Amino acid sequence: MAVPARPSFAGHVRSVAASGGLVVQPRMGFGDPQRMLHGLLATKHAAAHTAGTITLDSYTRVGDFAAVLEAIDNDVELNGYPIASIDPFVTLSMLDTVGHPRFPVQVRHGSALPTAVFDAMVGLGLDATEGGPASYCLPYSRVPLSRAVQEWAACCERFAELSEFGFEPHLESFGGCMLGQLCPPSLLVAITVLEGLFFRQHGVRSVSLSLTQQTHAGQDLEALAALHALAAEKLSDIDWHVVLYAYMGVYPRSPRGALSLLADATSLAVRGGAARLIVKTVAESYRIPTIAENVEALEFAAVRARQTTVGEPPEDTGVLAEARTFVDAVLELHSDVGKAIVRAFASGYLDVPYCLHADNTGRSRSYLDNTGRLRWSSVGAMPIRADGTAGPAAVSSSDLLTALSFIQRRYDEAASVRAGIGEPGKIESGSCR
Amino acid sequence: MAEYTAVEVSTSPLAPRRPKVLLSSVSSDSHTWNLVFLQLLLEETGHDVVNIGACVPDDLLVAECAEHRPDVVVISTVNGHGAADGKRLITRIRTDPALRGLTVVIGGKLGVAGAADHSCAAELVDAGFDAVFQDNADVGDFLGFIESSVPSLEVGV
Ligand code: B12
Repeated sequence: MAVPARPSFAGHVRSVAASGGLVVQPRMGFGDPQRMLHGLLATKHAAAHTAGTITLDSYTRVGDFAAVLEAIDNDVELNGYPIASIDPFVTLSMLDTVGHPRFPVQVRHGSALPTAVFDAMVGLGLDATEGGPASYCLPYSRVPLSRAVQEWAACCERFAELSEFGFEPHLESFGGCMLGQLCPPSLLVAITVLEGLFFRQHGVRSVSLSLTQQTHAGQDLEALAALHALAAEKLSDIDWHVVLYAYMGVYPRSPRGALSLLADATSLAVRGGAARLIVKTVAESYRIPTIAENVEALEFAAVRARQTTVGEPPEDTGVLAEARTFVDAVLELHSDVGKAIVRAFASGYLDVPYCLHADNTGRSRSYLDNTGRLRWSSVGAMPIRADGTAGPAAVSSSDLLTALSFIQRRYDEAASVRAGIGEPGKIESGSCR
Repeated sequence: MAEYTAVEVSTSPLAPRRPKVLLSSVSSDSHTWNLVFLQLLLEETGHDVVNIGACVPDDLLVAECAEHRPDVVVISTVNGHGAADGKRLITRIRTDPALRGLTVVIGGKLGVAGAADHSCAAELVDAGFDAVFQDNADVGDFLGFIESSVPSLEVGV
């Protein structure tokens, strides 16, 4: 007998999208269960179409559970919720109090070897998470890519089994972010689509494809269009939506600058047809944000989303063609998507600029052109062409900082001009433990 | 476990030896832009840099120190666990007789509370670090400290 379907994360996103809304979600995670509960409740009651987030701490991400316990014993504040180390009954009662699953909650973690995290989630009846064999390995670990692929495959299959019990397991690829900055968007689009195909191959029938806002609104809009086009082509037989990440690189320091960047991310999400937006707060460039700062960001984005109207379609500068070239070249390497991804990184077909992981070739380089678009100065062995010699031949430490802080500078300067003051505003700091 | 590609710049045998810096993050921290930046900065100021990357377990770091025999170890971390990971790591290094006298500094965003964490610096020095550089520390102070900690060598700028 079929089990009746229960409310799901994916279903929530579908129904908000059907009514023309945008789901907004924080990157929230606290070590203390009581604070985590308050954070989820505040997210739920924010004036916005929200979904809850449980972001896990870095010890759990790298599988160092002894360090989690030591931190708890010594009152060290963690940078996220240690889901695998907290008594499951505490977490279950937290989820119960926030009304999960009617209130959707997603686990965001960054584990290259995620078995313990999936064990915990499945045990708790959580139906939505984030990850991917490449996107949670290269930026997050020194684990060999082939090992991450194997473990992610097994975890996807296990997670997919939840559908036999009335759940709709949903997996979001982090491929549209990777190192968060200075990666031309065609490569991000390709990696997230490839991870979507990997999830599907391992039984997951509901996925989200991601993209991060970067340095040029037109290029970002074009990238979102490319992502929609490729996803529609390659994943037409499963449920999917697109999620946009508010800027993932070095963030403006001034509150005005930070909010204005979030406003642009929100407009981009609406114009680019994303169903969901992960916000950033005014504390981003300093420290872990408070609950209040997260709520401020969610409500600010909700207002902005309602004010945004869909505009002109973006100019085509070749993002879709390049992304398609990557995806097709990789899929030709092997009929198994995971093996194809491993070969693609080994041969340098996929090569993330500035990524230090041993399985990333590290020969590609990017630069910001004079319009603020991200371009390739060097493509290594990737199956695409470099955009010319306009990029600096050798990048110095100050060139790198200048490129990394391009968005921070632009938004902080604009904010101080608007405020008529020379100094960006100050951010209160929390307490030290 | 896979190793990061350790990047070393070769020098001519006639040139004065460039001070060798071993650059690393702590076990739980995966951020790497800080490491990429510091590697470039140190190379530009005349150092040989062995960058062993992010998420470095304590054992691996100790083994790399024993192998490369650096003049200075620079730990960079921003994920908010730096104070806890740093304390555990430096205790380990200071109790290893093979690494006696090694100069070790740490810097970055060391706790999860922003500026309020700056008081944690004293604890890290007490635990055994030779210097602690907060998120907003002056790069010149850092380079000056590195230079002064290897006085027997000429640091070409
Ligand atoms: C890019 C980024 C990422 C990328 C990193 C990709 C990669 N592999 O590097 C991604 C998206 C993957 C990521 C993931 C995470 N991130 Co992150 N990330 C950032 C972000 C946006 C920019 C960092 C950056 O690139 N800076 C550029 C480099 C060149 O500078 P820097 O790192 O700031 O270091 C400067 C100084 O601190 C100093 N410095 C650093 N080290 C040292 C050492 C010495 C000796 C000296 C002298 C100086 C020094 O020099 C640098 C130049 O001025 C920052 C927020 C921000 N700054 O806007 C958050 C931030 C650092 N991340 C944060 C966190 C918590 C995480 C996660 C744990 C996820 C989470 N819970 O939110 C995971 C990491 C998982 C893990 N295992 O550690 C927090 C840390 C909070 C804290 N310390 O209180 C921040 C501040 C965001 C926030 N407000 O929550 N992140």
